[in-house]
Amino acid sequence: MKFISQKNNLGLHLIYIILCLIFATNVSAENNADLEKLIPQLQVKNFKKKIASVKQLAEINKPQSITILEALLDSRLYYQKADKSVVIIQKKDHKYEIFSPLDNTKIGLVEKKTIKKITTNNKLRKTIRTLLAQKKISHTELNIRQAALKEILTSSDASLLPVLQQAKKNESDESQKDLLTLAIALIEVDSKDNSIRLSAIKILGNSVFPRAKGKLEQVLLTNDQGSFIEQDKDIITASQKALKRINSKLSLFSNLETLFFGLSLGSVLLLAAIGLSITFGVMGVINMAHGELIMLGAYTTYLVQQAMPNDIGLSLIVAIPAAFIVSGLFGIAIERGVIRHLYGRPLETLLATFGISLLLQQMVRTLISAQNVPVITPSWLSGSLVFNPAFAITYNRIYIFFFALMVFALLMLILKKTSLGLQVRAVAKNRSMATAMGIKTQWVDSLTFGLGSGVAGVAGVALSQLTNVGPNLGQAYIIDSFMVVVFGGVENLWGTLVAAMTLGITNKFLEPWVGAVMSKIIVLIFLIIFIQKRPNGLFPQKGRSSGGH
Amino acid sequence: MVRKSLRKLALAAVVTASTLTLAGAAWAADTIKVGVLHSLSGTMAISETTLKDTVLMMIEEQNKKGGLLGKQLEAVVVDPASNWPLFAEKTRELIEKEKVDVIFGCWTSVSRKSVLPVIEELNGLLFYPVQYEGEESSKNVFYTGAAPNQQAIPAVDYLMNDLEVKRWVLAGTDYVYPRTTNKILEAYLIAKGVKKEDIMINYTPFGHSDWQSIVSDIKKFGSQGKKTAVVSTINGDANVPFYKELGNQNISSEDIPVIAFSVGEEELSGIDTKPLVGHLAAWNYFMSVENPENEAFIKKWQAFIKSDKRVTNDPMEATYIGFEMWAKAVAKAKSVETDAVEQAMIGVEVANLTGGMAVMNKNHHLSKPVLIGEIQDDGQIETVWSTESTVAGDAWSDFLPSSKDLISDWTAPIKCGNYNTKTKKCLAK
Repeated sequence: MKFISQKNNLGLHLIYIILCLIFATNVSAENNADLEKLIPQLQVKNFKKKIASVKQLAEINKPQSITILEALLDSRLYYQKADKSVVIIQKKDHKYEIFSPLDNTKIGLVEKKTIKKITTNNKLRKTIRTLLAQKKISHTELNIRQAALKEILTSSDASLLPVLQQAKKNESDESQKDLLTLAIALIEVDSKDNSIRLSAIKILGNSVFPRAKGKLEQVLLTNDQGSFIEQDKDIITASQKALKRINSKLSLFSNLETLFFGLSLGSVLLLAAIGLSITFGVMGVINMAHGELIMLGAYTTYLVQQAMPNDIGLSLIVAIPAAFIVSGLFGIAIERGVIRHLYGRPLETLLATFGISLLLQQMVRTLISAQNVPVITPSWLSGSLVFNPAFAITYNRIYIFFFALMVFALLMLILKKTSLGLQVRAVAKNRSMATAMGIKTQWVDSLTFGLGSGVAGVAGVALSQLTNVGPNLGQAYIIDSFMVVVFGGVENLWGTLVAAMTLGITNKFLEPWVGAVMSKIIVLIFLIIFIQKRPNGLFPQKGRSSGGH
Repeated sequence: MVRKSLRKLALAAVVTASTLTLAGAAWAADTIKVGVLHSLSGTMAISETTLKDTVLMMIEEQNKKGGLLGKQLEAVVVDPASNWPLFAEKTRELIEKEKVDVIFGCWTSVSRKSVLPVIEELNGLLFYPVQYEGEESSKNVFYTGAAPNQQAIPAVDYLMNDLEVKRWVLAGTDYVYPRTTNKILEAYLIAKGVKKEDIMINYTPFGHSDWQSIVSDIKKFGSQGKKTAVVSTINGDANVPFYKELGNQNISSEDIPVIAFSVGEEELSGIDTKPLVGHLAAWNYFMSVENPENEAFIKKWQAFIKSDKRVTNDPMEATYIGFEMWAKAVAKAKSVETDAVEQAMIGVEVANLTGGMAVMNKNHHLSKPVLIGEIQDDGQIETVWSTESTVAGDAWSDFLPSSKDLISDWTAPIKCGNYNTKTKKCLAK
């Protein structure tokens, strides 16, 4: 049935409706009567009624009802404003192709103005997902079955028991079978038969799935007098045992998780501070603009992404050297233009670099925007690596952890194995002696500062994936960076590494106890006391201090 | 310390320079002066600059209609630079030096609190257009944003009744608005029969970006078989990494929905909205509401700002309503004098952009409809629930023991911002 819908053409519309009616009555009169009755009910505003209609729709055992539900779930179910007829849409260029929800025949091509989306809300979408999952639990393809079961596990109700048992009987995949056993146990724990309950409790006790714990806690609910609501002694002891086993596993995983969170925060601190540990630690320059050099790196990421919008993943890789060069050049310019004239006068350096930090912030505000800019996260940096239902770590943090270690290793290599590194260390140890040996100390100073600044830029690339990229990005990290370097001990990259990880882990282990605000304060207080006792940090430089320039 | 005062100095210099040029032009004719007190620099510039432009647009339009009382309106724009004490100084300058007749301004509660003593001392008039924590009512301030009972409480009702939420995470940034709102919400939830162990309260510093442990805690808290939701008073750009982390830890809006009170169209326009889709926002206005008034307003705004990419949001509507009401009250009072306008304001009606009429009540708060919407991938918010009629803003929460007996009524004979209905006494200042 070919038909072109035109605006303002009532005649055609009428003919179309009549045609449709004839078509409908002739071809699928009885078959689709149920669908035809239900579909218009999806338009009602009230979500409770909508959910009821959706449930009825799911009960109709036809492929088309699944198509309609999927369209509703993906926001592709619309209605035409003119005659309120429900259609499934497909976006085509700037227009919309519309299809009949009854048999998927194409109705025509319309403007966005003439149709309106049938709204869904969280609960409706959850209902649809669960309903669809029930239909797909015995699907022929394993990954569809897995997705369906995952959905069911979050919200199983007792009526599903026969479906699940049937699915388990037919299931060939082992891990899927285990999950089905768990899903069944989650229902059977409320069974009337005590022997079934006991075996269900045993199954739950072997799982770290969060709802298993919840179910067992429900069994062990107490009344106001503190005695168990559950009467059966065996059930109570079995549940207590199972719960104990779960809790000991969970606390292990939770500690592992906190440890990882700490390492991850530590790696962020390391990235932010490592550039500073060169400029401040090795050269002794208090560079208040260090945060802004990080910010420039983050903005470079944004600009690279703007230049290559179709390769977000690749753009991030390209951004790393680009940010190193941009921030490095800015660093060298700052060193040549300002800091060089202020060596040996730390207070003036502090003031001057602070001024530079304001300049750089305002530069970004004027040239790009005062608002935060959107840096897109590539898909391989989203999501998490799931070990089990109680322990998963996010990919972006894993990548950044290893990235930080790589940057650290590379920097170590440069300082220890290259001639530049040798000269840097020589100048840091004893400037006049180095000059006497024929090292161009001024040149080395510039390059060292450029290196530290470049690394700050690289940190900016990583941070753009974790936090907002805006003119104030640098300010958020400058204090933390100084903290890490001072704690670790000036002139010592290893110290920076250990300090960053220590502070990160301490912070994260404190956070669940005292909250995010207090844990920051406690770490700061600890640091103040520590510096009082050991002014040179964790790993003070042994031997002669490099002192003045 | 050095850092802060230096910046203050630099900003003050810039601001003085800009106000001086404005002041030069100001003496020209006999006009009605409208002060605009929104930060044009610093952290709040992102949000407040838009409101400055909204006021300018409204003034331009009013002047096209022939001004007010036969006089043209004239804007006096100052920049308090996201610096709270500077808000007070600028208010004094606007009233004493510039002799403005009304001020539209402030965004954060702390800036309003800073302006409050000055505006009361000098008997000025301030229109405050942002949702806030309540527990305040001044004779000299009109609150056109939402009070907690026009945003937070209906949001919780929606979650409780429509989404059947049983466990609650109240997450906020650590400052006055979230702390007060969460105190009200906690009292409300407990009054509704929610147990204490089903409420988790969490505060984070401004600009927090490391959300891993908090999101992981929320996940654990929400996976006990009871439906869980997060009520978020997280401020500003800390929201972006928060939603990102939720997405990364595979928490979907269907498992644990997050309802936010400070995420609107403007905030969504600058970010990657992927991880936010399906989460909720509660306001009195959404740009997506289809209504002839709203369409006209959006058209006018995009023409004024010369970009069809710019969005409108709730505080803009509140500014619009406030301005229209002030214009009506001035016409009604036939004067711009504070006391006359203040009395004329009460009872004034202006059409909401989302339908229905907004009314200025005796307590200087508006009656407005409440909308709850879901965030879409295009950065718009689509209404999924709304109140059937308008809700009157309540200055003093009924759910806090310290304020449940208090009312505000600026008409005779009470004329008091914190009148105790039990003791029949005005607590005054």
